[in-house]
Amino acid sequence: MKSDLLRFEDWTNPVPAVAREVVSLTEGVEKDRPPLLFVPGLGHGAWAFAEHWLPQAAARGFPAHALTPRAGGDLRAHVHDVVQVAASLPSRTVLVGHGVGALVVAYAMGRYPAKAAVLAAPVTEGWPTLWAALRTNPVGTIPALFGGRLKLSRKQLFGPDLPAEQAQRILDRVATARPRRELITHDPAPRPVGDPPVLVVGSPDDRIVPRVSLERTATRYGGAPLLFPGMGHDLMLDVAWSEPIEAILDWLGKQS
Amino acid sequence: MCVIGAGASGLTTIKNLREYGFEVDCYERETAVGGAWNWRHDRSPVYAGTHLISSRPLTEFPDFPMPDTWPDYPDHKRVQSYLESYARHFGLEESVWFGTEVISVVPVGDGRWDVTTQSTGGGSSRVQRYAGVVVANGHNWSPARPEIPGDFRGQMIHSAQYKDPAQLRGRKVLVIGGGNTGCDIAVEAAQQATAVWHSTRRGYWYAPKYLFGRPADQVNDRTLKLRLPLRFRQWLYRRAIALTTGDLTRYGLPAPDHQPYESHPIVNSQLPYFLGHGRIVAVPDVSSFDGASVVLSDGRRVEPDLVITATGYRPSFEFLAPELLDTAEDGRPDLHLHAFARKHPTLAVVGLVQADFGLFPLAHWQSVAVARWLRLRGTDPEQAAAVQQKESTRPLASWSRRRVVPTPRHWFEVDHTDYLRAVEGLLREMEPAR
Repeated sequence: MKSDLLRFEDWTNPVPAVAREVVSLTEGVEKDRPPLLFVPGLGHGAWAFAEHWLPQAAARGFPAHALTPRAGGDLRAHVHDVVQVAASLPSRTVLVGHGVGALVVAYAMGRYPAKAAVLAAPVTEGWPTLWAALRTNPVGTIPALFGGRLKLSRKQLFGPDLPAEQAQRILDRVATARPRRELITHDPAPRPVGDPPVLVVGSPDDRIVPRVSLERTATRYGGAPLLFPGMGHDLMLDVAWSEPIEAILDWLGKQS
Repeated sequence: MCVIGAGASGLTTIKNLREYGFEVDCYERETAVGGAWNWRHDRSPVYAGTHLISSRPLTEFPDFPMPDTWPDYPDHKRVQSYLESYARHFGLEESVWFGTEVISVVPVGDGRWDVTTQSTGGGSSRVQRYAGVVVANGHNWSPARPEIPGDFRGQMIHSAQYKDPAQLRGRKVLVIGGGNTGCDIAVEAAQQATAVWHSTRRGYWYAPKYLFGRPADQVNDRTLKLRLPLRFRQWLYRRAIALTTGDLTRYGLPAPDHQPYESHPIVNSQLPYFLGHGRIVAVPDVSSFDGASVVLSDGRRVEPDLVITATGYRPSFEFLAPELLDTAEDGRPDLHLHAFARKHPTLAVVGLVQADFGLFPLAHWQSVAVARWLRLRGTDPEQAAAVQQKESTRPLASWSRRRVVPTPRHWFEVDHTDYLRAVEGLLREMEPAR
């Protein structure tokens, strides 16, 4: 059985430090509110949250931060980055992960007693996501299976309502990523430390994270997913971006 | 719950008890958190040059890492600021009563405790009843002073009173003690004093801080990860020392009278350097004082102006009757996993352990075990009784270091992997039934 206490990997081979890009909005926030740390997934950076969710959270009084995961890092390095940034904030942080970023958050919860966590459209199960991606976007996905680049498509990321021009602008910003094999082969995420409340949000029309997958993830954390029909995978950039973030902030308000 | 002390061990205990749903009152006699690392108060053993002996990844709390931009071996000011940010991050100070000293802790039967406290400024005392007490008062504040016969005309201080290299400047200094503090002070004296003698009773394995460009403890843990047998690791250790530090007996140091891993590790890369430059002169044990001179066990005499005894500290629990911790006459408490009182299930000590590892992670896991134990007692007394039964059969040799040099210095010495495996075993036994 893998040990929780004997962390030889961290002791003998610590993740090297890098300069991390963190976008923060903390002006005019309320003192007793916990800080939020947004963690984007594959191909996305802090910019994906800086667009709508970050200002919205700050407007509701939450100190809001978004992290760009280090380029070329593996899951362990990304978890390290999230825990490093969370620990550098003044109080227990709420981790909000999206897509593969939600997987990173799920792992980070095993390392850091988060105040709460939100898994948005979480890519916590590799196989269902792979099948869904192959069905929706075979041309963009197949090269990634052979170590090539993954090219996400409009159909995967957004619902039909987002104007084409706006969608293209965002797609141009999404970097082509090389997903690692470990996205499929990783162990189930560790049990969270400190028993944080966990919310799973997603869309039944997400072409990357199937609904069953969402439900299984939510069940694992003892709840049901909060669903936003009609939206694509990119909940924070699709036309109806305000609905999920408002729901998340309402939920957070009820936690303390 | 009552926690005594708001140093590193106390802080992690507050955090973990609260995580397990307990309300906590912590009493701290100083006016700020940090305990031994709080260099701003008098009782702190910290001196200006104090740095970590174990490297950063092996010293940080497992759920609150130090910034990865910090050096491998942060200095004491960084460590103190780390503890302050830990306390702030988890809002621990709201549970701490500063400037409040614990006078006595008395069991009232049924597992509860009467804790008498008093403001350090004096005033009337106050008694509070608690469902459990966790002692985290540290073991590096009550100096152990050697008894040396005769009168010494020069100045003699304990290393606890050594704060600043200016105290050494231009003087002839004798440092007594071969622990990490003694070696650190000898090295500082080598750069400040006009003459330095370093007196040690026995030979040690002086490990360097770096091996192959990595902190030596990280290299050592690779051998533990591979689960190499102790004898083979001892051989590797001797080889590594032979190739790096080399043979120190030619500087007059005695050869070690024990194998590697049988004493607390001494990690100092600079001591051999200054021995080789003649800035430090190794001398044997001190046998007596005679006016201006110090008589050594080989009959030699040296005449220092300043003697610093770096002879360590003793644990001290003045507020507890000795039998509560099964304390022997020599002052050594006997606790399960160096943490749980054997006859009092609601009394525990956190941080009373020494290892080839940072103390913070060990104290963290100890306090997690204590918190889980106290909760289990409340929620499932039957399972708690079963755990207690099972723990009483856990062999001492499985968590306590088997062979060490038999001195008080090594009362609480453990091997961190064996110890953490034992604590993890206990944590698993206490998992709530699913």
